[in-house]
Amino acid sequence: MLKGMIDPLLQRTPLYDFHVRHGARIVPFSGWEMPVQYSTIIEEHFAVRQQAGLFDVSHMGEARVIGPDVVRFLDYVMTNTYSPLKVGQAKYTLMCQPDGGCVDDVIVYRMGAEEFFICLNAGNAAKDIEWLREQAKGFAVTVADECKLWAQLAIQGPKAEGILAKLTATPLGEIKRFCFAQGTVAGVDGCIISRTGYTGSPGFEVYIPAAGAETVAEAMLAAGKDEGLKLAGLGARDSLRLEACYPLYGHEISEVISPLQAGLDWVVKFGKTEQFLGQPALNEQRAGGLPSKIIFFKLEDRRIARTGATVFAGDSAVGEVRSGTFSPCLSQPIGSALVRIPEAEQPNLTVDIRGTRIPLMVVSEPFFK
Amino acid sequence: MSNIPSNLKYTKEHEWVADNGDGTVTIGITDHAQAALGDVTFVDLPKEGDSFAAGDVFGTVESVKAASDLYCPVAGEVVAVNGELDGAPESVNSDPYGAAWMIKVKLSNAAELGDLLDAAGYQAVL
Repeated sequence: MLKGMIDPLLQRTPLYDFHVRHGARIVPFSGWEMPVQYSTIIEEHFAVRQQAGLFDVSHMGEARVIGPDVVRFLDYVMTNTYSPLKVGQAKYTLMCQPDGGCVDDVIVYRMGAEEFFICLNAGNAAKDIEWLREQAKGFAVTVADECKLWAQLAIQGPKAEGILAKLTATPLGEIKRFCFAQGTVAGVDGCIISRTGYTGSPGFEVYIPAAGAETVAEAMLAAGKDEGLKLAGLGARDSLRLEACYPLYGHEISEVISPLQAGLDWVVKFGKTEQFLGQPALNEQRAGGLPSKIIFFKLEDRRIARTGATVFAGDSAVGEVRSGTFSPCLSQPIGSALVRIPEAEQPNLTVDIRGTRIPLMVVSEPFFK
Repeated sequence: MSNIPSNLKYTKEHEWVADNGDGTVTIGITDHAQAALGDVTFVDLPKEGDSFAAGDVFGTVESVKAASDLYCPVAGEVVAVNGELDGAPESVNSDPYGAAWMIKVKLSNAAELGDLLDAAGYQAVL
């Protein structure tokens, strides 16, 4: 129904025509017209888990930070630590506000001694770049907005590496997890090939100079034809990331949900030489106890607990669902919720779905690893 | 293009109604509705003997994307429920007018059938 409708406020990726040509259902997402699915979400989900899936994630933003102070700047503005990072390595991190809330969650790539590349969430990209520039005052660094320069394709699944290997001379086997190389893909020079992803399955994210996006996308599709590669949309991207218990900005982390509440302590480095932005507030949260935290759950039921559904301990409302979907791998509803502490530790939580209270089965490990 | 059989009646809320000619009707959701919902994972249906007024919610269809209420197109008592949907909710996607019928209702007022849309009328609201 939405196909062909033009909203002047929405942006299109360089692959918009490619999506329409391949039968995508297009929906508005974070200010972009994006493919939500090509076949069905469950089919695309299983393609990624069992063979491979190809996602256009060109809506994601990019920035490049360069200058003699760049490492000290990143160690200040990010919760993770960048001084030990080598060229060719990348690290996931949060950017925090002074009060400990999250500006965004991003991946930072080391391109050179004084040069880093940052992948930003689509809906936050403009805000992030403004934020980085504001915080960069007093540091000898420049923040360049490269959002328009890049397209990004994620090729994910057990067959992803074999398919990508057909299109590049870059030795993929030498790229370890959270590492990258720069190379040529399908004849397009200047690509960044990164062994990262947002699905829980193995695979790569490839940054492509925007003009080469369609060439690379068609080449990947052709190279993956006999390997079961399928185009996959944002619908499968969400069910895949939720099975892997990866946070989504605005859901498990936000301006009011801190990294500690989201259980992302492993990327918050309290022991850095100098304090990072937001550290005093996070120190206080850690010392004084968190007000609430994110839990992941499944339901022994067929009904799906959707974002906003109320979580109960006994008759008290103690939280709300932040994400909810159907897990194709478990064939069960799964989700996340922000729940008050100490109730978050209690065993008998329930969620209200259209007037029925369903027990939450809280899990301590990702649904898919 | 969605499939709209000419022998059925329809609602604006995307239910179809088949007149069984014996004072009962069979009710399901249209091809257009299943396509908009995407992968159906669960259909929550009433029990035999439950009664509804026209426009009442009689159940819920849940897909990966969303849960949608099902509205009873006519007043009456539920005389049969398709229990097969419990084990095979995906048939709503594959066979919305056949295997995925949802309930049969004994009409309390047969004249209500005249208020429903015909195939051309339903096509016009899509």
